[in-house]
Amino acid sequence: MTDTLTSLPPDPILERRAEIQKRAAQTIGRRTLVSKLFLFTLVVAFLLALVPLGSLIFALIQKGASSISWPFLHTLPTQPSLVDQNAIGGIGNAIEGTVIIDALAGLVAIPIAVLLGLYLAEASSRAANFLRAIIEIMTGLPSILLGVFAYEYIVVRMKTFSGLAGIVALAVLMVPLIAKASELSFRGVPATLREAGLALGARSSRVTRGVIIPAALPGMITGILLSLARAMGETAPLLLVIGASGDWTWSPLKQMSALPLLTYNYSGSQYPSQRAAAWGVALTLVVMVMILSLGSRFVAARLRKERR
Amino acid sequence: MKTVETETRVPGSEVAERIRRSATSDRPYRYLLRGTALFFGAVIILFVWSVLHTAWPALREFGFHMVTGKTWVPGTGPYGALPLLIDTLLTTVIALIIAVPVGLASALALLFLIPQRLRATSSALVELLAAVPSVVYGLWGLFFLIPWLNKTLDPFLAGITGGKWPFSGPQEGFSVLLAGIVLSIMILPTIVAISRDVISVVPTDLIEGGLSLGATRSQVLIRVVLPSARTGILGAIALGAGRALGETIAVAMVIGSNPQIPHSLFSTGATLASTIATEFGEATGSTGSALAALALMLMIITAAVNAGARLLTKRALAHR
Repeated sequence: MTDTLTSLPPDPILERRAEIQKRAAQTIGRRTLVSKLFLFTLVVAFLLALVPLGSLIFALIQKGASSISWPFLHTLPTQPSLVDQNAIGGIGNAIEGTVIIDALAGLVAIPIAVLLGLYLAEASSRAANFLRAIIEIMTGLPSILLGVFAYEYIVVRMKTFSGLAGIVALAVLMVPLIAKASELSFRGVPATLREAGLALGARSSRVTRGVIIPAALPGMITGILLSLARAMGETAPLLLVIGASGDWTWSPLKQMSALPLLTYNYSGSQYPSQRAAAWGVALTLVVMVMILSLGSRFVAARLRKERR
Repeated sequence: MKTVETETRVPGSEVAERIRRSATSDRPYRYLLRGTALFFGAVIILFVWSVLHTAWPALREFGFHMVTGKTWVPGTGPYGALPLLIDTLLTTVIALIIAVPVGLASALALLFLIPQRLRATSSALVELLAAVPSVVYGLWGLFFLIPWLNKTLDPFLAGITGGKWPFSGPQEGFSVLLAGIVLSIMILPTIVAISRDVISVVPTDLIEGGLSLGATRSQVLIRVVLPSARTGILGAIALGAGRALGETIAVAMVIGSNPQIPHSLFSTGATLASTIATEFGEATGSTGSALAALALMLMIITAAVNAGARLLTKRALAHR
């Protein structure tokens, strides 16, 4: 009996296991080293990804800060000439144009987008699903296409470039972004809250006003502010439709000036003074955009805290 | 009998009645939502129509030659968009070659390697990259990267191949290479953010299973995490590609605005979007229509790429 036990044929599985263990033990040093090197490379790559950001901020501050002054921010631009090549003047009207265009575009887009977001969150018909897909695709379309759109319908009809065309282009750009963000935050509202409202006998419109919108507010506001920030920095659509203005323009029916467009125009200028000022314009624009996008984080965090 | 019946009304039925009434009388609300959806649907149709309608004369006159023609001369024609299509594709490919490895590495680092307390700040920094307007990237490329390319990168690359393809020809700074580099930085946040989201839904069991089998951390990342997130990662790459294909101003500022089929990466060029931006101002008649035809091509390409990207990322995140 014992004979047969000890003389059992070698188990192939055990043999293989021993082989694997031996191999693993032999290679563990090499494998950990390779692993550590690889993980190190990943972190290095991540740090590398931050280099452009650092360089960009450095360039903006180094080259932009020197051209920014109080007169630069609130006076009108002056055209450099051969006589006075350094006559830059200010960018007051471009700041004004940017604020007006962005604010009015937001004013047009926000109600449409929030209602659209409600529709997308509540409806589940085929048409609604199709519209949802189209709106998602629209968030990825190049903004210059909206410039072509606004040109065709506003500039051609009015026979002049105008701030209005820029407002329309940016509003259509913003609606899908805000609608998507609002839809997501409406969907995030617990169904029980909504049902409780309906069970109390409130109409859906009342439940929306009194329950869903307040509960979804932080997400909505974040979406709105981020979209406003994104639209504020858009150059391409404005380039096609708003024209240019060297004066304060309070009527959107006239040509207007805007910071992103001015940055673009100054960067290609023949005058070194204007090329240098492009950094000042860009810095102003970045600060305004950052106020909106950092503001969105702040407001959302604040609202969420109040809830608790 | 009848009078008794009416008197023994169930308590609360009035409430039920009110609920029924309110459900039906809430029509204005429903109509408002549906009306808004219809309105914006109409805006989208008008948008597509405006591009189609403006492009139509050029499409009718030049037909398919608009896509295959090798020369693009603004103002007079011929209007062959092949060089623009090639440059658009080339800059996007360069951008992806740089941004995909760096982006994936960053996503993995953000999820698994960066110390917990630095993670929020690191994510915020990457998002900051996304918030910078594209004209600022263009400005930075124009005044910061061009000198660097001229002095360092271009001679270095030319040195590698001995001045042969693909790093041949004059080194002006303005080039498809520079456009690709600027684009890579611009699409990086998209790739990092989306691939981080899809990688974060890889089941922990899989990762722990890999580790318990004795695999090292890098082996788990390469052989378990990345393959199981590949659908979503493809989606992230496609989203980045969509953004690169349609980026306008930054490219227009650094590519040199020269519609030609590139003979090397140092060649100047022009993409679909950058051509629309730089030539639209002076466009009259047939050029305007030809530019709208470019817009149409751009719309079709980016819509297709974005639709594919959404499908992929949605499928990846659905398993959550």
